[in-house]
Amino acid sequence: MSTIPPEFVVKIDPEKCTLCRRCIIECSFGALKLDKDKIVSENEKCIACRRCVVFCPTKAITVIKNPLVFRPHATWTEKIQRDILKEAESGAIILVGTGTNLPYPVLFDHILIDACQVTNPSIDPLREPMELRTYLGKKPSRLQVKEGKGKFKIETELAPNLKLETPIMFAAMSYGAVSLEVHKALAMAAKELGTFMNSGEGGLHKDLYPYGDHVIVQVASGRFGVHKEYLDVAAGIEIKIGQGAKPGIGGHLPGEKVTAEIAETRMIPVGTDALSPAPHHDIYSIEDLSQLVYALKEATDYKKPVFVKIAAVHNTAAIASGIARSGADVIVIDGFRGGTGAAPQVIRDHLGIPVEVAIASVDDELREEGIRNEVSLVASGGIRSSADVAKIIALGADAVAIATAALIAMGCTVCGQCYTGLCPWGLTTQKPELRRRLSVTRGAQRVTNLVSAWSMELKEILGALGMNSIESLKGNRERLRGIGLDHTILEILGIKPVGR
Amino acid sequence: MKIYPRISDACGIFGVVNEKGNLIPGEDAVTAMEAMSPRYNGLGAGFAGYGIYPKYKDQYVLHTIFDDENSKTKVEEYLNSRVEILKDEPIPTCKVRKIRNRPIVWRYFVNPLPQKKAAAEKKSPDDQIIDLVTYVNSEIEGAHIVSSGKNMGVFKAIGYPWEVAELYRIDEYKAYMWLGHGRYPTNTPGWWGGAHPFNILGWSVVHNGEISSYGTNKRYVEQWGYRCTLQTDSEVLAYLLDLLARKHGLPLEVACAAISPPFWKDIDSTTNEQGRLLLATRITYNAALVNGPFSIIVAVDQGITGLVGLTDRVKLRPLVAAKKGDKAYLASEECAIRAACPKPEIVWTPKASTPVIAKVERAA
Amino acid sequence: MKIDAKRLHFKQLNKLLRDAAKKGVKEIEIVNVNGQRYIGTGIDHEATIIIRGAPGNDLGAFMDSPTIIAHGNAGDCVGNTMNNGRIIIHGSAGDIVGYSMRGGEIYIKGNVGYRAGIHMKEYLGRFPVIVIGGAARSFLGEYMAGGRIVVLGLGANDDELVEDYLGTGMHGGRMYIRGIVPQEKLGIGVKIDSLNEEDLAELRRIVTKYCETFKILSTKIWESSFTKVVPTTYRPYGKMYAVYTLE
Repeated sequence: MSTIPPEFVVKIDPEKCTLCRRCIIECSFGALKLDKDKIVSENEKCIACRRCVVFCPTKAITVIKNPLVFRPHATWTEKIQRDILKEAESGAIILVGTGTNLPYPVLFDHILIDACQVTNPSIDPLREPMELRTYLGKKPSRLQVKEGKGKFKIETELAPNLKLETPIMFAAMSYGAVSLEVHKALAMAAKELGTFMNSGEGGLHKDLYPYGDHVIVQVASGRFGVHKEYLDVAAGIEIKIGQGAKPGIGGHLPGEKVTAEIAETRMIPVGTDALSPAPHHDIYSIEDLSQLVYALKEATDYKKPVFVKIAAVHNTAAIASGIARSGADVIVIDGFRGGTGAAPQVIRDHLGIPVEVAIASVDDELREEGIRNEVSLVASGGIRSSADVAKIIALGADAVAIATAALIAMGCTVCGQCYTGLCPWGLTTQKPELRRRLSVTRGAQRVTNLVSAWSMELKEILGALGMNSIESLKGNRERLRGIGLDHTILEILGIKPVGR
Repeated sequence: MKIYPRISDACGIFGVVNEKGNLIPGEDAVTAMEAMSPRYNGLGAGFAGYGIYPKYKDQYVLHTIFDDENSKTKVEEYLNSRVEILKDEPIPTCKVRKIRNRPIVWRYFVNPLPQKKAAAEKKSPDDQIIDLVTYVNSEIEGAHIVSSGKNMGVFKAIGYPWEVAELYRIDEYKAYMWLGHGRYPTNTPGWWGGAHPFNILGWSVVHNGEISSYGTNKRYVEQWGYRCTLQTDSEVLAYLLDLLARKHGLPLEVACAAISPPFWKDIDSTTNEQGRLLLATRITYNAALVNGPFSIIVAVDQGITGLVGLTDRVKLRPLVAAKKGDKAYLASEECAIRAACPKPEIVWTPKASTPVIAKVERAA
Repeated sequence: MKIDAKRLHFKQLNKLLRDAAKKGVKEIEIVNVNGQRYIGTGIDHEATIIIRGAPGNDLGAFMDSPTIIAHGNAGDCVGNTMNNGRIIIHGSAGDIVGYSMRGGEIYIKGNVGYRAGIHMKEYLGRFPVIVIGGAARSFLGEYMAGGRIVVLGLGANDDELVEDYLGTGMHGGRMYIRGIVPQEKLGIGVKIDSLNEEDLAELRRIVTKYCETFKILSTKIWESSFTKVVPTTYRPYGKMYAVYTLE
């Protein structure tokens, strides 16, 4: 019997409760049951996902933080004590889902954006043209143009680029970590918005092949589901070296989530744990990465851009420089705040660096070396709003990739229980009865709404900055100011403090 | 390194060129500038004349301003290590009551010295001169080279255009191409180097407007070795043109299409080679896109010789063009053109982001 | 009354004008105009001002009554926030013609630049009208809230009368463009319609008055049909902003 007090308490108002028992059905964690003529809760099982609150027809339920007081202690906090108790009981690594919850400073919240007044007019984004289109891929450093008879002809050959109608795409979430319905919803939204989704490392289900033009397929260390058709159907290929939530650690899909469909797509036996340990076993040094990049390009006749995704760590700038010279077309930099379906808590909470500084230092390094045009930079890991998007682009990113925000749009309440496979919203589960809870079309609509709203907000921001195309914001550190940041961080971000 | 605060450029601009290379008296440029007087506030003005030094047409001419003799000595010491000075003399000036605190203004006719390097490492004479100008302007206190082209010079100071013209005795010069600029800056720069036109080698730029993409454009040209010491928009524009047209060898029309490209919807609907060119140009040169309101007039003598007028993509700043006989005019307002040329043959306003280029067949 | 504007600063010129109008002078001719701004600005007496030369920016700005006839090209901001009166340009005009115009007429013989008729308004039965004899550039009628813009395109090629972003943000008023307007040129919130009897009658009245003013024949004009451009809604941005409260 566990001695750990429950974190949350479910409160049901007996006056309002009609005993319809809807809440019992909805709770996928089994925290509610009928006891004679009352609904009672086993509070240890409640993880505050709020499913019961939403579905109670009489709004009789509320979930509160357990008012039981852990005697306040600044060093031995409630959280620290709970972690120790969990490990003492189980002897196992604490596993978590979603991105880190520790209160490290969020640099985005210490950056302000400029606006135009008088000397430079802002632009009206509603009536005047405002361009968000972004091309991701390798660009030549210069163009050779031949002139003849008053006409011009380009002689330079251009590498394949992906066209995004907005600088926001969907980050990798593996089929297995999330349900097929989530993948379908993201694919439909990507098509509608003119952007791209990422298959993640679980392969691509056949149902998604028709959306191939809007899918980037991932090749991770476990090479799940990687075969010729997989590569051919996609618009781009991403080599996953790392992930912001768990730098240095690979993917982990518990056997409970490896159903028949997952197994087929991943091309592995049913019920086995799908582990893709971090290193690609053919990449033990940077020149090996180049070898894999070209292997993939050869396999697809050089028609698709190759992405390389890395977690943001201390020497990200040097790593990115190596990747830029390896033949890769896009580098995806995933900051330490990135989400995950399953990761050891200690890794998620203590390894990596924020994407803000990673992008700034990589952008600087590549420019310094004169190779910024060799790759596009995509930023991910805790991009929460259009303001974050604008700021990270101004710091040097070409585009962003979002995942957690898209899940929240589809119903996720960030309860962090993804690895259990019991997602009450039907997002990170393989159980059929739970998967049914997500309507693909509604999910696609909501994600499309989110990205459309962010895109319109981006246009408003650009208008305020007096720009009518996103290219003019890229790397434009001059339009950012830091507030409450120390001198060193300002220098690393390459921005001035407010007032200067 | 000297850093100057960024000042925005509200102003009046003018340019005239004789397409046959015949000479135009300086008064014409001054008369034109006078007509637009409400556009200036007296805190800066300048002129650029091309073809004014026929006797030294193959030398680079360094128009330089010095705070004092000390900086002049330092600069000359440096120059002697990098170039051969064929001739140097004060730029003739005249006392103008309103223009006080005058620095020393001098001109040097120079040839770069041969380099003691392996052939592969040698820089072109043009690049040597850029390095020299960058060094003086960022490292030597109290000195500033305002122009470094051949057979041309920039004359600028704090004052109204007619005052600056009087100061530098512009009426004593004849040029086949003139640029004029009068400023309305938002703070007092207090020094002459900040006035316009901005020049590097054969490129002189006068600009009306403010570039909202300045930070992006600056970081882009800096990747290619340029140093933005003045923090003005004209500076980054001149470097962009030098980079795209001279270093990268893009035809002028393509360089202008990189700086002020059509909208994606218009590129999408342009077919064939032209469409491919526009798409490739915009994608490759995305960091050279100049955003914000602007009208620019550029005088160029760098492989190609002529006058270029260009506005931003949604035409937020005025620009008027006109022709009469061999002469082509560009100005912020029609009255400037009419003051210099009362009966032009045609007058028109160029379309947004569409360059007007008047080439010189043969420089005088 | 005749004024020689040579060497006159706009402040001096306009003071002379305002004083004359106040005194009741009915016709004032100004010669040697070159770039002087604000001519006719703020005058609210009836008077006819004839300009020979090229007037500068803001011709007739904030004007309320007079008639200005210019024999030369005009600059930017002709009729800026004009309340009433007439401006007749025997030439072309620059950008932002009739910005926020509330009443009166602006007739241009030649072409206009960008954003002509931006923010034009109608109020209490008063009704501004801009007629452009030649062609107009992008953003014609941007954010228009009332009044009429007519583009005749005389001497222009069929596809050059107007450019893109036509009427973007329009939510009132009407435009009559001679010939056909392709869909791609329309801005946000506008649509094309055909003219009904009332529209035709109104257009005829406007065109007749315009032709009388410039002493040209209207026959060539009626050889083509006209396209009507109107807003699709009076609240084009109604759904754009989400209202919600936190707390």
